[in-house]
Amino acid sequence: MQREFVEAPVRGVLKWIDQRLPVITWAYNELVVYPAPRNLNYWWNFGSLAGIMLTIQIVTGIVLVMHYTPHVNMAFDSVEGYIMRDVNWGWLIRYLHANGASMFFALVYIHIFRGLYYGSYKAPRELLWMIGVVILILMMATAFMGYVLPWGNMSYWAATVITNLFSAIPLVGDTLVTWLWGGFTVDNPTLQRFFSLHYLLPFVIFALVFLHILALHQVGSNNPLGIDLSKKDKIPFHPYYTIKDLFGLGVFLLVYGYFVFYAPTAFIEPVNFEPADPLKTPPHIVPEWYFLPFYAILRAITFDIFFIPAKLGGVIAMFGAIFVLFLLPWLDTSPVRSARFRPIYKQFFWILVLDVLVLGYIGGQPPEGWYVTIGQIATAYYFLHFLVILPILGKIERPLPLPKSLDEPVLGTAGAQAAK
Amino acid sequence: MNRRLFRVLLLAVAMVLGSAATLLAAEVEEPPARDWPHEGIFGRYDKAALQRGFQVFKEVCASCHSARYLRFRDLAGIGLDQATIKALAAEFTVEDCCDENGEPFERPARPADRFPPPYPNDQAARAANGGALPPDLSLIVKARDRGEDYIYALLTGYEEPPADAEPPGEGVSWNPYFPGGWIAMPPPLMEDLVEYPDGTPATVEQMASDVTQFLAWLSEPTMEERKRTGLKYMLFVLVLTGLFYAYKRKIWSRLH
Repeated sequence: MQREFVEAPVRGVLKWIDQRLPVITWAYNELVVYPAPRNLNYWWNFGSLAGIMLTIQIVTGIVLVMHYTPHVNMAFDSVEGYIMRDVNWGWLIRYLHANGASMFFALVYIHIFRGLYYGSYKAPRELLWMIGVVILILMMATAFMGYVLPWGNMSYWAATVITNLFSAIPLVGDTLVTWLWGGFTVDNPTLQRFFSLHYLLPFVIFALVFLHILALHQVGSNNPLGIDLSKKDKIPFHPYYTIKDLFGLGVFLLVYGYFVFYAPTAFIEPVNFEPADPLKTPPHIVPEWYFLPFYAILRAITFDIFFIPAKLGGVIAMFGAIFVLFLLPWLDTSPVRSARFRPIYKQFFWILVLDVLVLGYIGGQPPEGWYVTIGQIATAYYFLHFLVILPILGKIERPLPLPKSLDEPVLGTAGAQAAK
Repeated sequence: MNRRLFRVLLLAVAMVLGSAATLLAAEVEEPPARDWPHEGIFGRYDKAALQRGFQVFKEVCASCHSARYLRFRDLAGIGLDQATIKALAAEFTVEDCCDENGEPFERPARPADRFPPPYPNDQAARAANGGALPPDLSLIVKARDRGEDYIYALLTGYEEPPADAEPPGEGVSWNPYFPGGWIAMPPPLMEDLVEYPDGTPATVEQMASDVTQFLAWLSEPTMEERKRTGLKYMLFVLVLTGLFYAYKRKIWSRLH
């Protein structure tokens, strides 16, 4: 399928440039004339919001680097003693960046669940979805390394726990961990390489976001009905979605601003206001909230599975929980995209949401007693959803009749049901 | 499959998963919640309390605890004027480097100097405190769960130890708000330990409240600027969002 490109309506110097390097035409087609479905709801705002959030993180991050010192003896002081106290507006930049990470994940998680609900991962958008999963993985790596940089005590112990996961890999595990650390423990070389990579990865993510948008615009946006729309059901991106996205941005900035100005430490563990101390293990080592569901899955495997020791099993389960998303376009066998027309899938979707929330809650609790059991049930259910329920459901579920276009809703009782 | 049976099953799965959220963690002595004047969107520090709290910090806490992020000049933030800060700094002696012979020398502190720590290093601090390290207080309110409430409860919560509690060493005290109960810090406050120049009676509760507010300020000295900026930001974004919404309605009305 070849996209039709319209030449940008520019004259003079801009025309001269555009004929030699068609960046203006490119931007004009992607951001102005791009035909978007006219029925997108507000759940479709979160993609562009995530893109803006990435930009805010990069800009605030670049400014923080101007004042931060990546050294074990100075990192904590440079953040808490210098940036937060002596740098003009340093507290603002730091709180924007620290809370920005939480906001970024919140936006992206909503964006992902929107994709799950409306079947945005299905043909022809499989590659678009997979690029998105790669972005999520890189975001997690970036956020983890960024969390280590202030060199608080939770930073230090999170770095120790997470890097130690790689020691579960058979044969090469311990060597690999020593190589990752650049020594025999988490220390200055570790901090400095995390700093380097934390600066690098956001730009890789930025490039992938371009591919994500390119792949999206090649096949066109999905929509709440999940049907392929004809030209007459589409409207130009500008001004319709530029203004709608701006309104959404305003609402988001109010939420973001509330945290930055009135609850800036809501997402920061108190332990991280103490400097890193290798001799003082925090009683509960917990990751940031956006990692809690995965942390719960990691800790759910408390038993050996045949020849796989429990620790390796947990690591495999945790990474598997993300990598299963790569297979989702093929695990979901239903030809119908939108949950609006899949009455049973719709209910399983909400159970999955609940399951992930339970995993998140369990991830924040100590691994004792009932918490372990509930975490194991929720973990099992997570994989059950993707590996068993979705493949079978696509075969046995009877979807509601699909409308032909936006103007021709299905008539009769089935149509009335779909409108609900 | 029977639709109703199916729904009942779904509901059962949902309830089992949801019940996790109602499980409670093990009981610990929770500090009682108190009202602090600097809490909330319009909360501001009580400058008089901060100054009294600084006095308690200087005369009581600072004999064992450091506050390495506190510079004398920062005390402008609790309402001290430049002359007072200068005079205050001059009460302390700091080591500087170096004189014309390359030797370190001692001089009176200046406003740009940091508040001198009570011990030269952690080992010396431990040696003087029965092996326990008095934590630095620069970030203490942010570094503890429940922040101000915890600090206040700890300072005022010393009790006789329960009959069955075995002290882990000599010179420890019982405080139910401290993890484990036994704390190396002896009860730091007693009635009239300091004399407030403004005539406020120096009860234990009063001193604990004042010094807690001072420590809250020390943990987050930019809070007032943050909340003032936040108010302007929120109003601006609120108006902007309203305009965007109106404009969005106008543009989209072309489609209907």
